[in-house]
Amino acid sequence: MNRAGYARRLDLQHGRVDMSHGSGGRAMAQLISEVFHPAFANEWLSRGNDQAAFDAPVGRMVMSTDAYVVSPLFFPGGDIGSLAVHGTINDVSMAGARPLYLSASFILEEGFALADLKRIADSMGAAARDAGVPIITGDTKVVERGKADGVFISTTGVGVVQGGLDLSADKARPDDQVLVSGFIGDHGVAIMSKRQNTAFDTDLVSDSAALHGLVADMVAAAGLGLRVMRDPTRGGVAAVLNELAQQSGVGFLIEESALPIRPQVVAACELLGLDPLCVANEGKLIAVVAPEFAQSLIEAMHAHPLGRDATIIGKVVEDDHHFVQMTTSFGGDRIIDWLSGEQLPRIC
Amino acid sequence: MAAALSIAAEALSERRRLRVRGAVQGVGFRPFVHRLALRYELSGFVLNDSDGVLIEVEGVRLDAFIGALEQEPPPLARIDSLEIATVPSTWRGGFEIRESIGGRTQTRIVPDAGVCSVCLEDLFDPSSRFHLYPLVTCTDCGPRFTIVRALPYDRARTAMATFPPCEACACDYADTTGRRFHAETIACPACGPSLSHPIETIAEALAKGRIVALKGIGGFHLMCDARNETAVAELRRRKRRDAKPFAVMVANPASVDQIAVPSAAEHALMALSARPVVLLRRREGLAPSVAPRLDRLGVMLPYAPVHHLVFHAMARGSVEPLSHSAAQPTVLVATSANLGGEPLIIDDEDARRQLAGVADLTVTHDRQIVVRTDDSVMAVIAGAPAYLRRARGFVPEPIELKGDGPPALGAGGLLKATVTVVRGREAFVSQHIGDLRNAATISFYEETARRLLETLDVRPEAIGCDLHPDFPSTRFAARLAQGHGARLVQVQHHVAHIAAVAAEHRLTGPVLGVALDGHGLGADGGAWGGELVQLDGADWVRLGHLAPLPLPGGDRAAREPWRMGVAALTALGRADEAARWFADIPLAVDVAHLCLTPAGVSTTTSMGRLFDAAAALLGVCPYQSYEAQAAMELQALVRTPRVLPDGYRLAAGVLDFRPLLATLPELRSDPVLGAELFHGVVVQGLTAWIAEAASRRHLKQVALGGGCLMNAVLAEGLSAALRDRGLEPWLPRAAPANDGGLSLGQAALARIHAGHAVAS
Repeated sequence: MNRAGYARRLDLQHGRVDMSHGSGGRAMAQLISEVFHPAFANEWLSRGNDQAAFDAPVGRMVMSTDAYVVSPLFFPGGDIGSLAVHGTINDVSMAGARPLYLSASFILEEGFALADLKRIADSMGAAARDAGVPIITGDTKVVERGKADGVFISTTGVGVVQGGLDLSADKARPDDQVLVSGFIGDHGVAIMSKRQNTAFDTDLVSDSAALHGLVADMVAAAGLGLRVMRDPTRGGVAAVLNELAQQSGVGFLIEESALPIRPQVVAACELLGLDPLCVANEGKLIAVVAPEFAQSLIEAMHAHPLGRDATIIGKVVEDDHHFVQMTTSFGGDRIIDWLSGEQLPRIC
Repeated sequence: MAAALSIAAEALSERRRLRVRGAVQGVGFRPFVHRLALRYELSGFVLNDSDGVLIEVEGVRLDAFIGALEQEPPPLARIDSLEIATVPSTWRGGFEIRESIGGRTQTRIVPDAGVCSVCLEDLFDPSSRFHLYPLVTCTDCGPRFTIVRALPYDRARTAMATFPPCEACACDYADTTGRRFHAETIACPACGPSLSHPIETIAEALAKGRIVALKGIGGFHLMCDARNETAVAELRRRKRRDAKPFAVMVANPASVDQIAVPSAAEHALMALSARPVVLLRRREGLAPSVAPRLDRLGVMLPYAPVHHLVFHAMARGSVEPLSHSAAQPTVLVATSANLGGEPLIIDDEDARRQLAGVADLTVTHDRQIVVRTDDSVMAVIAGAPAYLRRARGFVPEPIELKGDGPPALGAGGLLKATVTVVRGREAFVSQHIGDLRNAATISFYEETARRLLETLDVRPEAIGCDLHPDFPSTRFAARLAQGHGARLVQVQHHVAHIAAVAAEHRLTGPVLGVALDGHGLGADGGAWGGELVQLDGADWVRLGHLAPLPLPGGDRAAREPWRMGVAALTALGRADEAARWFADIPLAVDVAHLCLTPAGVSTTTSMGRLFDAAAALLGVCPYQSYEAQAAMELQALVRTPRVLPDGYRLAAGVLDFRPLLATLPELRSDPVLGAELFHGVVVQGLTAWIAEAASRRHLKQVALGGGCLMNAVLAEGLSAALRDRGLEPWLPRAAPANDGGLSLGQAALARIHAGHAVAS
């Protein structure tokens, strides 16, 4: 890249995104070379092509794409950048796959601070490096002020899954065990605490993390005993279990007392009147496993830092209604609902 | 001479075919017709079919027969229509009761009835075949709705199918002169179902303070001695039921006065053959845990013969011989046997398994309960009976609507759900189902809806449901609408409450509607509950609402009135007092902060939450363990409602009670005065609000709906004040004011929508 062609370097301290940064002209090239290249630094990107070429690995390819919008952009334990990397790595990993490469595209709002953009790009680069999954191609567009909220990021990931492993949401069977890889609700509560910082303080940080290492250990331990994995992001554990129940045509029976929830999350949910089961996670997974593999699976998970607090939370049951039911600490059962949208008050 | 007369009579003889519709099956109607035919020397036949009862009679005294048919039907029968046609004479002698004919049903099942006085005499008559038989019935009484599997009503289609009558019962069944002539439920100790334990065992257990599960008509009761605090407290512990009041049963009307102060109207309600639980002003004397901190007590009279036998056995020690009319000291807690919000238990095996840790003794009988039906609960409110829960003894009696219309279904809400099916001009509101929060209740709900459609043989053209997307009833309605190709009509919660009242009173034209309720999703996505609307057919417009208060923690605020107390303080600009008035609640300060954060909380215009706020500010009930506990405890303190000069503000349809709320914290030392001021000013403000809208809109009829109208002080005060202003207030009478009445309003509005669809 010929930097000498630019009039002057970007002001990464006080500068702001303007419409020219998405024009396809010099300004855009400068933004890419001064913000994204240094942050993502890898051999594919440095060749400056509109695409990246790589050798197809042996096995079945897995691909996933996701768009990231979050407010605030920076939150305890992460930011939109690290989230965009972890989230897509996790989506690919949930197939039991090894993620290989990522792409990223950015929609920037005119006037967005370059310093924030750099911080986000650096965070993405670091997350990708730590995960060993490089961002090998990308794109940037700028929209007029008011037509976006700072920055939106889309990432796409490809990976490869070993032969014979075919995890799918329609594979849960009665008596299968249901596991969660750790404490639930941390991400959603960390975000909310930031969003309503006057309302309550919490030392909680987002659980945002790339789970492919944990997944590799799980596949090694339980292999073909694994039925399906999902990361309970938006909609939380409640949404994932309901989706699986519908797709597999079964019910779930969850033990309330078995759910790993940090006291801070319980307290915040109590204050806000939220159900921790409906709160988002960004570094947790739900796994459904054949009963005979449950023990070896949980042991393997406990041996990994991201699965240290893994727990069996319930089991799959036959149920024509495809209900997700929870045995509460009071003894009764209640339905874990699949909400249409936000948690709306219901008590009449 | 005789022969000549006979020929003359035959010459005058005509044959008529009579079609009788209404509640005419399973009520001794055919035997009654048979008796009349004998009395008036007519020949012919009578039979049950899917349209009701079909009669053909031939003879001279036809007019007398028809007159008697209309004037002296059996006690449980209700004739909706009688069609008479002349048919050719068959000249055949004798009168017979013919086999039933099935088919598309236009008839209906009748409600269950408490044991009648004549069966009661049999029960205690040592010379009777039915002496001490705990399942004695006749054509005038006993289970109906709860044992019927299908129509037409015949033993073979009831839970009695498995008990072929013995010779004596078969004789009674065939005896045209007796009360058990064609009594489908007839049974005696020789042939009928029997109780699993001797009555003495039950009485002994109860006397010793044990908890007994007893199978009744529509489900199991859990019973214990209501004068024994240890027993009642133990029942609460085992049932995990904190404070929600228990109903009690006493031996007979004379015994009621020992524990309560019933009016004549309340006595009359208790004596209905439905035997509802009736809320009465209580006296002292029962265990404190029966109905903690409430001034009213739910009391019912025995309705199954086994109840009478239990009281009889328990009294034997002190009253000898037992008199049915003398007051008995025994008072029994009689609460629905269910666990953790699950449906009432009806199955013997479920009872033994699920109640293992709750009941010391589980008493069953082998007559199966086919349809689960809780006890009905009623109260006299503003001078007339009102349902708090409509079930046994009243269901499936229809509510008559104004005019005919396309068939429709109302799916109800989330709590205290019911389903309503409208066929023709009749609205059939299902029995109380419960809160749709667990799989068992949702299954019961769906089964009830399907059964109702099936027994009424209706294909709904329109299905009404709530606006809330996450009610299981809303989802069920959407599926059902899809299945039937019916129109789905989502009805705003409070509009449905008001429409229910308008429907049952057959109000026409525009009415002013007032919903005083806990919570319902508003058309704007808000949390509504204190709403003033104008309703005209299916069209409505929101004219006003209560001033919004923060709703910190959503549903959590509904369970924890202290949150509404804090919300009220912040709305008064007194957030800094949260710690002072709610010193023992560590979260109070955080909740106050939350209320001040625009992104932190939504707001509500709910009247129920206003009651919660008032109760909390007065220190009455910071946490509630059952719905409306705070409001009920607040109401219980009121003797005479009082008013304040400037207790409310009214501007542009928004009714603001903040001035009233502002006075309450300082009244903690005198919560009675606080409660009286609250009720008085609320009535005062609501009256001004409603009257202002009524005069602006030139309306006179005011339909009052929503759960808060179960508060008798509010309902009575408000309707009296509105009448004083020259308005016509209408209260819910045929269905409960709370969400139990929602399905009726939804069905009524859905029907109007479907009618429009047909017209356009």
